[in-house]
Amino acid sequence: MMNVLIAGVGGQGTLLASRVLGKYAMLAGKDCKLSEIHGMSQRGGSVVTHVRIGDKIYSPVIWEGSADVVLAFEALEAARVKHYLKNGGVLLVNDEKILPMPCITGAAQYPDGLKERLLGESENVYFVAAQAWATEAGSVKATNIVMLGALCKLCGLDKELMAEAVAACVPEKFRALNMKAFQLGFERV
Amino acid sequence: MKELMLTNKAIARGAYEAGVKVLSAYPGTPSTEIAENFVKHDNVYAEWAPNEKVAVEVAIGAAIGGARAMACMKHVGLNVAADPLFTVAYSGINGGLVIVVADDPGMHSSQNEQDSRYYARSAHVPMLEPSDAGEAKEFVKLAYEISEKFDTPVLLRETTRVAHSHGMVELCQREEVGVKPYEKSAAKYVMMPANAIKRHVVVEERDRALAEYVCTLGCNRAEYTSENEIGVVCSGVVYEYVKEALPSANVYKVGTVHPVPVAAIAAFAKKVKKLYVIEELEPFIEDTLKAAGIDCEGKALFSLQGEISVPKIKAAFGLKAEESASAEQVPARPPVMCAGCPHRGVFYVLNKLKLTVNGDIGCYTLGAVAPLSAVDTCVCMGASVGMAHGMKKATDGASRNVAVIGDSTFLHSGVTGLINAVYNQSGITLLILDNSTTGMTGHQQHPATGKNLKGEPAPVVLLDELCRACGVKDLAIVDAYDVKAVEKAVKAAIASPEVSVIIAQRPCALLDKSPKPKMDVVNCKNCGVCMRIGCPAISMGENGVVIDRNQCTGCGVCAAVCPFHALVKEGE
Repeated sequence: MMNVLIAGVGGQGTLLASRVLGKYAMLAGKDCKLSEIHGMSQRGGSVVTHVRIGDKIYSPVIWEGSADVVLAFEALEAARVKHYLKNGGVLLVNDEKILPMPCITGAAQYPDGLKERLLGESENVYFVAAQAWATEAGSVKATNIVMLGALCKLCGLDKELMAEAVAACVPEKFRALNMKAFQLGFERV
Repeated sequence: MKELMLTNKAIARGAYEAGVKVLSAYPGTPSTEIAENFVKHDNVYAEWAPNEKVAVEVAIGAAIGGARAMACMKHVGLNVAADPLFTVAYSGINGGLVIVVADDPGMHSSQNEQDSRYYARSAHVPMLEPSDAGEAKEFVKLAYEISEKFDTPVLLRETTRVAHSHGMVELCQREEVGVKPYEKSAAKYVMMPANAIKRHVVVEERDRALAEYVCTLGCNRAEYTSENEIGVVCSGVVYEYVKEALPSANVYKVGTVHPVPVAAIAAFAKKVKKLYVIEELEPFIEDTLKAAGIDCEGKALFSLQGEISVPKIKAAFGLKAEESASAEQVPARPPVMCAGCPHRGVFYVLNKLKLTVNGDIGCYTLGAVAPLSAVDTCVCMGASVGMAHGMKKATDGASRNVAVIGDSTFLHSGVTGLINAVYNQSGITLLILDNSTTGMTGHQQHPATGKNLKGEPAPVVLLDELCRACGVKDLAIVDAYDVKAVEKAVKAAIASPEVSVIIAQRPCALLDKSPKPKMDVVNCKNCGVCMRIGCPAISMGENGVVIDRNQCTGCGVCAAVCPFHALVKEGE
């Protein structure tokens, strides 16, 4: 059983990341459920997608204290959902800062030193420059695939199978770019 | 072959496999993807209707015409469609008819938490509720069997957690059911009193037959563990939660939430230590069982509000939840109007003029959020227009209020409010924010976009001509990005004693992806005026505002409000 919670900001490509993990589960012959919320929350709000892979999955939702991995596409979103991690779970964060509206208007403050604090909380916290590496691979839009490369390495998942899942989920003309992004995430984490 | 599939796609697949020929729907989260996926199949017809009432009427027509038909909507859409629902329950069908309704416990994207199961009971229509994607596909096929066997429309209910989750689905072949011949029968299809009185008798007989029949169905089943354990009655996604939270409990899984398989549950109750009902929203199943004299406990342990969860179930039964750190208090990230959203400038003007704004359902409801803070009311689809009219009548025309509605919502049910305002002479001002799409639900076509559900060219309803045909004489069309023109038009409209309509046009910023010059900051005086438009691409820096070039679309609304010309399009 593996529970992956993917957190980000609407428009960051978290849904595609969950689709790839779903494909991975299928290729591995496992049961899988995904849960996501569409609609109003997508308009620049926090978005969370749940991925559960195992022999038999009932609930499509992951609960507090149950995630093996939190894949966070933004640092504040990592802080918002990290209590979903179980003891010893992995927090993998894209090293990016996107101001929410209350911080833009001055109604709230984006926490200072968030990255350092999260890194200090556990040895299972990883920050990766996924955006920069994706740009290096050819497009910032491949940030999600870089994250999956890093996840694959950190969690000891089957690299060949995950690469196959990535290839199956991205459009043909962006396949080479995404495979490079996946490789960079895997190598550099 | 198995596929990991979104439940809404699985419902579409189920409809396809069941031989459904006609589907009509209006977009509404979390139901929208059913129609979008169904239309991708060959040899089927699917459409966006202007509202849910029309969608159900289309499906009724198709079903009486002999085809298997489906209509899909969110929970509040069923309120709009309730009128035809209650009467097609009397007339019955010819080809099978299934109406899918998606409830939204927790209000992820809705204005209320209504429990649509009550519609099934009060309209005397059976209702099925699946727990996951694989079951959803099978339940659709079962729904058509029941529909044709009992000559009744069937409701299929899902909730957000089911609708928007993926699960494994086994793909099957389509069953070609063909189109049954239509036979004229005024006694069955013309529901005037003399005929309807006779059909009501049929409805009551059908209810009795269905109550027995559902107890024989495999979708209603007991899963026994031990007589020494409690028994839990549940349905939908709650079944999945119960299986995880209470693995040793006896479970009665309800597939037909109406009629509830009461006799089967009574037998189950005798074999368990104590009977509980766990259900989201209202005590629908619980009340049914109690009315039948079955002793059970439910809402004494759970709230009517929000979603059930594994931790909530564990807590209710005194079990320890998974250990976890407590949630960290971090700044909220609420949904916001996108950078470049054409609604932004309009709400800036309405807020600046201190007008009372009767808002409506759509992305532009976000005009209520700070710093725009412009919207005063939001009730239901189309309500802005009627409410603006009522407010004018209440104050003998003195209120400084305007109605704001989107293009899709206007066609859904705003136009009738406008006809009322013209006819009954309230002199309201109506702003139609025309972004050429149904935005919030993810960009669906509608009758004024020029394209149909398939994306093929379609005749266009011209909003200005439509308003004029309703009797509107004072009508202005403005560019939503031209803040000064919007302000001028609003001032003129509210000063006019006549009903005035302003159509503010600009396609949704998410649709126009062509590269455009972005905004530059030159000699910013840090006055903060541009911060009042609430653009996510603008933030306060140490030496003036900063533009996030990844988000900026160059719409220029910030430049229009800047008193110092410090915001300019690059290259200008």
